[in-house]
Amino acid sequence: MKHLKARNLKAEAVVEFFEAEDGGVKALQDDAAPHVPAGCTTIFSPGWEVDATGGTANLCQPMERDLYDCYKTCFWPAQVPDYLNNNPDWHSGCASATQDWRKIDLIFP
Amino acid sequence: MTLVYASELKRFSARERKYAFLIPSSMVLELDAEVGSILDALEEGPKPIDALATSPDAEGALRELARVGAVHRDGAPNVPITQIATPPEPPPLSTIVLNVTNSCNLSCRYCYEYGEDRLEESAPAQVMSVETARQSVDTLFAESGRNDKLQITFFGGETLLNFKVIGPTVDYARQRAREEGKFVDFSLTTNATLLTRKISQWLADNRIGVTVSIDGPKEIQDSMRVYGKTGMGSYDIVAPRIKELLSIYTTRPIGARVTLTSKVIDVPKIFHHLTEEMGFYEVGFAPVTSSTGLDYAIDGNGLDQLLEQFRALGERYVEAALAGKYLGFANLSDMLGEIHKGVAKAYPCGAGLGLLGVAPGGEIGLCHRFAGSGDHDFGHVETGVDASKRIEHLERGHIDKRIDCSTCWVRSLCSGGCYHEAQVRYGDRFRPNLHYCDWIREWTAMGLEVYAKLLDGNPEFLDRFDERKVS
Repeated sequence: MKHLKARNLKAEAVVEFFEAEDGGVKALQDDAAPHVPAGCTTIFSPGWEVDATGGTANLCQPMERDLYDCYKTCFWPAQVPDYLNNNPDWHSGCASATQDWRKIDLIFP
Repeated sequence: MTLVYASELKRFSARERKYAFLIPSSMVLELDAEVGSILDALEEGPKPIDALATSPDAEGALRELARVGAVHRDGAPNVPITQIATPPEPPPLSTIVLNVTNSCNLSCRYCYEYGEDRLEESAPAQVMSVETARQSVDTLFAESGRNDKLQITFFGGETLLNFKVIGPTVDYARQRAREEGKFVDFSLTTNATLLTRKISQWLADNRIGVTVSIDGPKEIQDSMRVYGKTGMGSYDIVAPRIKELLSIYTTRPIGARVTLTSKVIDVPKIFHHLTEEMGFYEVGFAPVTSSTGLDYAIDGNGLDQLLEQFRALGERYVEAALAGKYLGFANLSDMLGEIHKGVAKAYPCGAGLGLLGVAPGGEIGLCHRFAGSGDHDFGHVETGVDASKRIEHLERGHIDKRIDCSTCWVRSLCSGGCYHEAQVRYGDRFRPNLHYCDWIREWTAMGLEVYAKLLDGNPEFLDRFDERKVS
């Protein structure tokens, strides 16, 4: 707004809304350089979603699939043991996550 | 040919700065010279778009005006930005007013509870029990939905005649608030005749908001606010008690509420006495509610006189504000608060919307003024709030249903005025209070002028209204 200036809280809110509307979609955009996906959330990976009921029972892959995404592909050591450096054998007893996930155990440093 | 029309707006200014107050959105916008000249041209009536394109960026100026709803084209409906709809279900409650007794030790001649304008004939004296008060608190919490800041107001009659119910109710409400993870605030209104050091200390310790009903210095107070049996004035009783209250209770501002009658319209004198001499933080004035023809009713000339006095006090308010000081003229502060926030009301007040009143026997009414009058029951605290009555009220009371208001530029701030006043005056709470429309318009225009002066001279002063409660 060039000609009109908001001078109370209502007008400020409305003008702010218009400006946001004019600004377009900003998500995943970077003004300086193209956005490079770096992280699981921008990669399609079954297991991260919920099913049609909002639960996890009918996912196309079991939710335990997440463990591998964190353990190997994404290396997210805060939540699961890391494959790269410390625990390359953590999943060795688990041939099939859907059947053997109970064999993946806690790790005590 | 495309015609451009001005939408509803009220223009005002301070020195060279020009503003517009938009209706019904209640936006306040500062106008530059280009939009100013377009609106000037449109004051004479609609204009072809080419006739308005006289300045370098007239097109941009018109686009902005259209976007905020300040102008519209023919063919394009004048769609207000703020579309106010009747709620599909009653909104959650935030406030409950408990009439802890309908008795009073004073017999003010103008009182709607005891005077000539009471809604119900000689109601027997009633006192609210602790149990009913607890049920009222439960009702508030049950109906509060997602509101996490709740307000309980104790009212009367004279509230302190039933002081013993207040303590346990405050304790109980605080306990409920803790359990529910909510915050509850308390306030009460009193005529101050029964204040004692102990009560004042209790009010201070519990941070209960206090409003004192008082009309001014002795000769004014004693002309209307008198004891029932003897007719004795109450000033000499209340003055020392108020001073004691104000000396003990310094952690929360205490306000005075003045009822103005035709007998004495002397705002400067009353204001000076109550603030400078008595020590109140704020004083709010209300012309007496009355049906026509009563000798104390303020009509015609009296209202003009009142407006002039409000204007003079408003000028003092601006002077103080420009110097960074606060003058406790509550009526003006309330209006500035509404303008600052850009309040756009579909209903004149919170009654029935977020607020309900409870009579001493537990009957629920539209507000404290209606509580207990048989025609207006909204349920009972034992059985709960009657949601259908609330819906009916909200449907009938909506500003869009008030044809008389549809062309008025203050309708989104006034919204037709007090339900109780309309009930007394016209026997119908949904009728707009047409007897003071002109007054409200002039008073609101004055508020906009004050707002402009403060925007110009001390805009930081307006920040204090960010949090001020609006009715």
